[in-house]
Amino acid sequence: MSQMKLPIYLDYSATTPVDPRVAAKMIPYLTEHFGNPASRSHSFGWEAEDAVENARAEVARLVNCDPKEIIWTSGATESDNLAIKGAAQFYQSRGKHIITVKTEHKAVLDTCRELERQGFEVTYLSVKDDGLIDLDQFKAALRPDTILVSVMLVNNEIGVIQDIDTLGALCREKGIVFHVDAAQATGKVVIDLERQPVDLMSFSAHKTYGPKGIGALYIRRKPRVRLEAQMHGGGHERGFRSGTLATHQIVGMGESFRLAREEMASENERIRMLRDRLWNGVKDLEEVYLNGDLERRVPHNLNVSFNFVEGESLIMAIKELAVSSGSACTSASLEPSYVLRALGRNDELAHSSIRFTIGRFTTVEEIDYAVALLRDKIGKLRELSPLWEMYKDGVDLNSVQWAAH
Amino acid sequence: MAYSNKVLDHYEHPRNVGAFDKDDGQVGTGMVGAPACGDVMKLQIKVGEDGVIQDARFKTYGCGSAIASSSLVTEWVKGKTLDEALDIKNTAIAEELELPPVKIHCSILAEDAIKAAVTDYKQKHGK
Repeated sequence: MSQMKLPIYLDYSATTPVDPRVAAKMIPYLTEHFGNPASRSHSFGWEAEDAVENARAEVARLVNCDPKEIIWTSGATESDNLAIKGAAQFYQSRGKHIITVKTEHKAVLDTCRELERQGFEVTYLSVKDDGLIDLDQFKAALRPDTILVSVMLVNNEIGVIQDIDTLGALCREKGIVFHVDAAQATGKVVIDLERQPVDLMSFSAHKTYGPKGIGALYIRRKPRVRLEAQMHGGGHERGFRSGTLATHQIVGMGESFRLAREEMASENERIRMLRDRLWNGVKDLEEVYLNGDLERRVPHNLNVSFNFVEGESLIMAIKELAVSSGSACTSASLEPSYVLRALGRNDELAHSSIRFTIGRFTTVEEIDYAVALLRDKIGKLRELSPLWEMYKDGVDLNSVQWAAH
Repeated sequence: MAYSNKVLDHYEHPRNVGAFDKDDGQVGTGMVGAPACGDVMKLQIKVGEDGVIQDARFKTYGCGSAIASSSLVTEWVKGKTLDEALDIKNTAIAEELELPPVKIHCSILAEDAIKAAVTDYKQKHGK
């Protein structure tokens, strides 16, 4: 049996390690090929420019678009900001209404909030209890003054995949700009921008075994989408995003996306097997709930509520596993996950959720260890839980008059 | 977030976990908190003829600090009269467990649990 290292990393949706093959490719661009890709007067610059353009082509290849449609940013948060603010500001003469979804990442939600302060009106759509958008509700929200829709492809907490083909087609019909945050999607679901009706798409490297601090935005050329730049300076990236390009980071993103394209099919099969092994290992426990649809979901994600066990204390009990909780008791707010609340999960279940995200370096041995640990600790914490005791005594928790504090 | 060693000790070896029969005349039961807030504490005291708390039990749904706070107070209330138990302040609990500011509410909840258990016992005895 190989030596298993603890703690076991099961938080691949927070970030991934840089693949060693990616790191190896990046290093020479820090030390030897350090030129500024904008330097046109010598070979240092030309070399860096070549590396940047090769990486751009790799990103474009993963999502099947023209490399000219890809611009570099510092990450998906910046891409979301540039796409949403940039499009809203450019098209505001047509209308000031924007549609997004309650389960979006904060990079989208907070950007929309900022636009509300600037006088835009934003509709935040609810989702069904499986985490997916209700198409009728979506259609009903579209207005003559709607200029922009922003929907994520893969949800970061529950891993569900939204039907962007259908949503995008509805937007295209009405001439509404359609932005998709795909930070959690690259290397997990097939993206084909030649076919899919998406106008703007945000990418991140560090969710796909590339380095942190680099991302990209896809900006469609046919039909052309226009944006107001948010970062001004030397006019880099065709004026969309000024700032000296981080060659080594870009090289890393290109290589990580190349590997994602080549290995995605086989990797997803293996990860799905591991995820199913984890789910099958715990689902027979009493009062265990899967959050989000299991079918329309990336294979990497398992978000489970262990009812009557509080998420933060469970994380403490399973400290050999690096996972994250939908319970935000660690923050001062005491608010449970807004994503799970949007699914209509009650407070107990939202507070009792754990997100397991599996990745390239997860092993069968690690999953088996996780299952055994979970089964043991959940039993122990339930022995400690007054809610479990009440449930076992047949008390309906909804009928209890709680002394809220 | 880093927990103090005392929190970890109570969390890993919780004292006096369990339940008394809440209908027992000697027992006072206090349940505070709400699932919506992410913590619920149930504290039970068993009171002797002399008005001294002989034993205590708890069950807590909540974070590690909430579990540790309730475990600690089960130790502290034993051997105290009801009035002495009511004198246990959340600040003392927070200090003993070295709770960070975001976890102070756990110690407040533990203080409230003592009050609720004592009140329940007194009500049973018409006091």
